[in-house]
Amino acid sequence: MTEGRLLRAQAPEVSAAKARRWGSLYFMEHMLRSMRAYVVTIIVTSIGNPLLYLFSMGVGLASIVDRSPSAHFAGVGYLAFAAPALLVSSSVMTCANEMMFPVMDGFKWRRIYYGPHVTPLVPGQLAAGHVMAVGIRLLVQCTVFYLIMLGFGATLSPTSWLIVPVGVLAGMAFGTPLMAYAARIDKENFQFSMIQRFIVMPLFLFSGTFYPLGTMPQAMQWIGWISPLWHGNQLGRLVTIGPTEPVWLVAVHVVYLAALGTFGMVWARHNYARRMDA
Amino acid sequence: MVASVRPEGAPVISAQDLVKTYGDVNAVDGISFAIPAGESFGLLGPNGAGKSTTMRMIGGVSQRTAGQLNIMGLDPEQQGPEVRAHLGVVPQQDNLDEELRVRENLIIYGRYFGLSRSYLSQRADELLEFAQLQDKAKARVDSLSGGMKRRLTIARSLINDPKILLLDEPTTGLDPQARHVLWDRLFRLKEQGVTLVLTTHYMDEAEQLCDRLIVVDKGRIMAEGSPAQLIRKHSSREVLELRFGTDRNVAVAERLDGTGDRIEVLPDRVLVYSDNGEESLEAIRGRGFHPITSLVRRASLEDVFLRLTGRSLVD
Repeated sequence: MTEGRLLRAQAPEVSAAKARRWGSLYFMEHMLRSMRAYVVTIIVTSIGNPLLYLFSMGVGLASIVDRSPSAHFAGVGYLAFAAPALLVSSSVMTCANEMMFPVMDGFKWRRIYYGPHVTPLVPGQLAAGHVMAVGIRLLVQCTVFYLIMLGFGATLSPTSWLIVPVGVLAGMAFGTPLMAYAARIDKENFQFSMIQRFIVMPLFLFSGTFYPLGTMPQAMQWIGWISPLWHGNQLGRLVTIGPTEPVWLVAVHVVYLAALGTFGMVWARHNYARRMDA
Repeated sequence: MVASVRPEGAPVISAQDLVKTYGDVNAVDGISFAIPAGESFGLLGPNGAGKSTTMRMIGGVSQRTAGQLNIMGLDPEQQGPEVRAHLGVVPQQDNLDEELRVRENLIIYGRYFGLSRSYLSQRADELLEFAQLQDKAKARVDSLSGGMKRRLTIARSLINDPKILLLDEPTTGLDPQARHVLWDRLFRLKEQGVTLVLTTHYMDEAEQLCDRLIVVDKGRIMAEGSPAQLIRKHSSREVLELRFGTDRNVAVAERLDGTGDRIEVLPDRVLVYSDNGEESLEAIRGRGFHPITSLVRRASLEDVFLRLTGRSLVD
């Protein structure tokens, strides 16, 4: 130990005031630093996924589909039709993962939420900081995906860059309610695997990602209507292809995604506080 | 900005009839105490006595069911962030971020207090030296031993230069060397005027570190005072430990009345509480009882603890 008095910190009331104002950002920084542990996975998936998806679906499958005279994909080639939905899907799946296992990790496995919990931060700020860090990861991932889409010539509209915020919005609309749910789980008995198999994967397949929702049997189309992925896919096509739907329906997509994201965030903050301040 | 309004000389922590209920269970059942600045205050008690729950309420991370609680002139329920900004907290279970390096754990924790990066850079180096972890600054946390992790957790709790340090079983699970190093670090903090509030299962730790303590059982205070006061009040000066053989202990003990202040029979030995153990031993030998082994020792806090909280196992 150093002799004499250690360095003096700022006054506690200054710490508390700063934490009240910026606490979510402080925790966001922590989460982003923690992500460095799996940064290689993040980079590989951010670049590898779009390359694989666009090659296999957009180029490989498109070369067959586009030859069919009966195929109709919003009046554009299959690559341009599928690419925005693939971006949105990858964002939703990444967000789902980041909002399940890391939340359990924070509460139970490594308990890292309980470090900041005894500092001036409050549980709601931990939830918000976690969401912001995941938001930044999604922003990077969607931007990389978008640049690769550009390389494949998969965008047709000058507003196509808006696919990046659309991807983040759709991811959050699906991820934040999951986060709130994960915050209520005491023991992980494969609930997360079940969610991935029986919710995430069916939504991926039945949300108009690979073909228009209208081509599915009427009895199954409700899956798309409630799926944030379908609303995200349609918004993505709007910005990368151009208008294909009435304005009211576009408004429904935006409002639905924003409402789900807001609901998820409010529910998550509530559940974090309930769990940590008992 | 909410500043502390504690009058000069007032306790830094005061609790009045503090109650915490979980369902039908009163985990804390009407505890009152006051801790002046610079005191080292201990909470002793068996598992489930309510020590950690009390610490969580003091730390402003658990809402009380009833009673009054005041930390540095502030109510932790109303001004949680302000109260926690005054505190350093060492939890019972380490929650260091093992994805981060040792020094980074200190820096990122300091950010939660809104401390500047320049301050934290200097402070982290000081605390690594304090915790004797300078050589591990860039190591991964999961490569540290249990004692090193505990020292890092204590270093982390000091990042904001707190005047009050809450330690929940700080040395549980550590080997004797690591415990002694930690005691030394804590004693230095005490010398600097930091108020220490700790829970512990180790009576030697309580005797080493605490100026004053409360013995808690079933959410209530069973006794309060300095270690020496508690020993004087609840035990004799010395304890004579006798072994006659497990099949004879009970029978012999029944015939030892008057050889000490109190006699207690355990499965493996008989304890004679007396102000003079040697005299008691002579008296017992004079009655014709010759133990297989005998030991005279000074009464300890452990004798007080076991007398007040019983010897039955609590899980």
